[in-house]
Amino acid sequence: MLTRFFLMGLDKKAGVLLTVLAVLAVAVPVMALGTAPDSPWHISTHTVALLGKYLCFALLALSLDLVWGFVGILSLGHAAFFTLGGYAMGMYLMRQIGSRGMYGNADLPDFMVFLNWTELPWYWHGFDQFWFAAIMVMLVPGLLAFAFGWFAFRSRVTGVYLSIITQALTFALMLAFFRNDMGFGGNNGLTDFKEILGFDIQAASTRVGLFVATVVALAAGYILASAVVASKLGKVLIAVRDAESRVRFLGYETDRYKLFAWTLSACMAGVAGALYVPQVGIINPSEFSPASSIEAVIWVAVGGRGTLAGPVLGAVLVNFGKSYFTAALPEFWLFALGGLFVLVTLFLPKGILGLAAQLRDRLPARATVTAKPADQKGV
Amino acid sequence: MHRAFCWLLAAFLALAAPASFAADLAPLVRGLGAGSYAETEKAIAGLAETGDPAVVPVIEALQAGDLHVRKADGAVVVAKRAGNGYALTDPLTGAALGEADRNAVEKIRINNALRRTISATLGALTLMSPDAGTRRQAAEAVFKSRDANALDALNTALAKETDERVRRAMTQARASVLLAGEAPDADKIAAVAVLQERGDQDARALLNGAANTGSDAVKDAAMKAIASVEQRLALWGAAQNLWYGLSLGSVLLLAAIGLAVTFGVMGVINMAHGEMVMIGAYATFLVQEAFRQWAPGLFDFSILVALPVAFLVSGAVGVAIERSVIRWLYGRPLETLLATWGLSLALQQAVRSIFGPTNREVGAPSWMSGAFELGGLTITYGRLWIVVFAFLVFGALLVALRKTWFGLSIRAVTQNRSMANAMGIRTARVDALTFGLGSGIAGLAGVALSQIDNVSPNLGQGYIIDSFMVVVFGGVGNLWGTLVGALALGGVNKFLEPYAGAVLGKILVLIFIILFIQRRPRGLFALKGRAVEA
Repeated sequence: MLTRFFLMGLDKKAGVLLTVLAVLAVAVPVMALGTAPDSPWHISTHTVALLGKYLCFALLALSLDLVWGFVGILSLGHAAFFTLGGYAMGMYLMRQIGSRGMYGNADLPDFMVFLNWTELPWYWHGFDQFWFAAIMVMLVPGLLAFAFGWFAFRSRVTGVYLSIITQALTFALMLAFFRNDMGFGGNNGLTDFKEILGFDIQAASTRVGLFVATVVALAAGYILASAVVASKLGKVLIAVRDAESRVRFLGYETDRYKLFAWTLSACMAGVAGALYVPQVGIINPSEFSPASSIEAVIWVAVGGRGTLAGPVLGAVLVNFGKSYFTAALPEFWLFALGGLFVLVTLFLPKGILGLAAQLRDRLPARATVTAKPADQKGV
Repeated sequence: MHRAFCWLLAAFLALAAPASFAADLAPLVRGLGAGSYAETEKAIAGLAETGDPAVVPVIEALQAGDLHVRKADGAVVVAKRAGNGYALTDPLTGAALGEADRNAVEKIRINNALRRTISATLGALTLMSPDAGTRRQAAEAVFKSRDANALDALNTALAKETDERVRRAMTQARASVLLAGEAPDADKIAAVAVLQERGDQDARALLNGAANTGSDAVKDAAMKAIASVEQRLALWGAAQNLWYGLSLGSVLLLAAIGLAVTFGVMGVINMAHGEMVMIGAYATFLVQEAFRQWAPGLFDFSILVALPVAFLVSGAVGVAIERSVIRWLYGRPLETLLATWGLSLALQQAVRSIFGPTNREVGAPSWMSGAFELGGLTITYGRLWIVVFAFLVFGALLVALRKTWFGLSIRAVTQNRSMANAMGIRTARVDALTFGLGSGIAGLAGVALSQIDNVSPNLGQGYIIDSFMVVVFGGVGNLWGTLVGALALGGVNKFLEPYAGAVLGKILVLIFIILFIQRRPRGLFALKGRAVEA
């Protein structure tokens, strides 16, 4: 029964994506650990971490697509959930440093000693346990999203207004986390991690392990999201996206459906953030900046909103472009990113996958009868 | 030979200075060099009696130890080291008297008693100065120093004083001296009353001192006075916050008002709005550079020239954006948001590539620098002009939308596009011009913000979220709402700041807005009726 629920959302796209992920999960460890460093097949730890980072972003894009592509909520603050998850993981990693910090305090992270704090703040308790941190990674973003969505959806804040207040939310969080008194390391954030679950965080094998964990999380997120979308609940979500008032008049309590998708999405974003932090090695308040949330939106738009697989592709492609251009042509990158925003919204409203689907439809030879994707109203 | 020189000197003095100098002061100055301390003191007293401000530099030179007697003729001169010898000048006129060997002059010595006389004399002389400003400054100096030696001089000066403001300053100075020093209780209580009237931080500090040391009667009076002063200070503090709030509110208003046109009237989410502000600021920078290059004398007018330039440049960029991107996206607000965000990134990078990433220096014209005091408030001219300017822009926009043909077309197109089209309004052109108007106003804001903020490629980013908050809070499509929203948010922000700190205050305001939107999803002044569901 449960298996059927999870499998029902999987189509051909999903098959391709999951296969690619499976190949990655096998090939990357083999190439990183099983080959000699001078072999042409070898990939460095740095590359593994980079790929892992892309896949974390892909999971964030996937979570964003769940609410934007299927419920029509354009969140300009999804990086807030991502970063909160990251901070929860960062707090665990900080506690793991123990007395190996600069000041050698067994309980307090360095920055607290530096600020002359003598006691661990109450909200830092429990983070020395991995299971606790792992729960918090989903609970904190989930609770915030639930509270925020509870108020926002019940008051019927929709469209642009909702986008703008999500932006205000992440902006407020950024300002808050920049403060030293908050107890999250202020400007510098959390960094200098030593080990995770007892493994050295710098070691190649740990990096590969984290990468595989990210692949698994992404695959699980994808299966979950497509199951939700394909279920009856998913149909209501899509109906809410296309004509919310009508769905409400039909007797559905639309705000509950929206709240469910919104909270689920936030939890997924939190997991993405938690996997991101150990691979990048730092988390600081600038991740909260509205700009990074909007960048996540463009990954979804490039890949194709409302396709689930598209955002994954978009996140990887755009971030690959970013890594390449910021190194090769640093001046050019913002022009490229800016241009991408404009071009995609003007000429590729359905993203790369949408374009592919359009091209396929035009080829008469392959005019197989497929269900045409529901026309998306520009919400 | 010496005699001849003396005559020459006398003739020179007679020519160079008013006759009174040579006649009255010169012998007195000569008396300074007579020899004994007692004689010097007598000469100082004589000089002080004249009350002539020309005496001040002489006595200051004496205090600094620059005054010497020329051995050859007994003349008193100012001697400053120059090479191996001294360069001599006349103490009264400042005229050069050639150089002298080190042995040719002898320093006029002073002891501690003389030093006291000198400083008291100097105080008294500046208190007697014919210039009211100098007198007031001298009185303020005494107020701060609480120097008991100056009391006599103060009393004499007070008796002669006619200017009301200087009189008040002197009375306060006298009260400060009395309260800090030894005086009968009655005098001290009178002094407390004077200080209570003054009612600022300095007065409170003095009163605190009196409340701790004086006799019971004085203590009592001082306590009461402190309570009253503190109440007054709190009042002025509130007024100061109000002014800061108004000032911040008008900055927000400037930044948001263009957005009120593009977002509020047209419904276009322009995330590149902040970059229009930034372009306006850079236009100001360029205009100022041009003035510095070709007409430095007219620099004070550069801001006035920058206004239309910034309006046109930002407006033109706005029209270009509307024609090339936004017009394809009408009715798709979220797509518009993304596209304009992309434009803002590209514009920032373009400006960064052209002007560099560092801050550019934009100067303030002389009529915008400085400050004046209003009761307990200090108001800078720059801020004052920005407040005035914000309201002028607001008024002009209101008139333009309500009373002009162009404004009528804008409203017609917003309310019913197809009907407006049918009536012969070229809607596409009106769209472009409206967007240009909003962008142009952002450019005007850039001119004003260049005066108070760093002109860098990131200038606009700092304002975009605030501007959206203002427009959304005030209610979309309502200019008055924008005005109220800007002033309210500015005021709340500044009133929270003393209690919560700047950052926390801002966070609280953001949270407040998020909660507020829940209560009233369409802002303070929402449009009523069916149109809102569109």
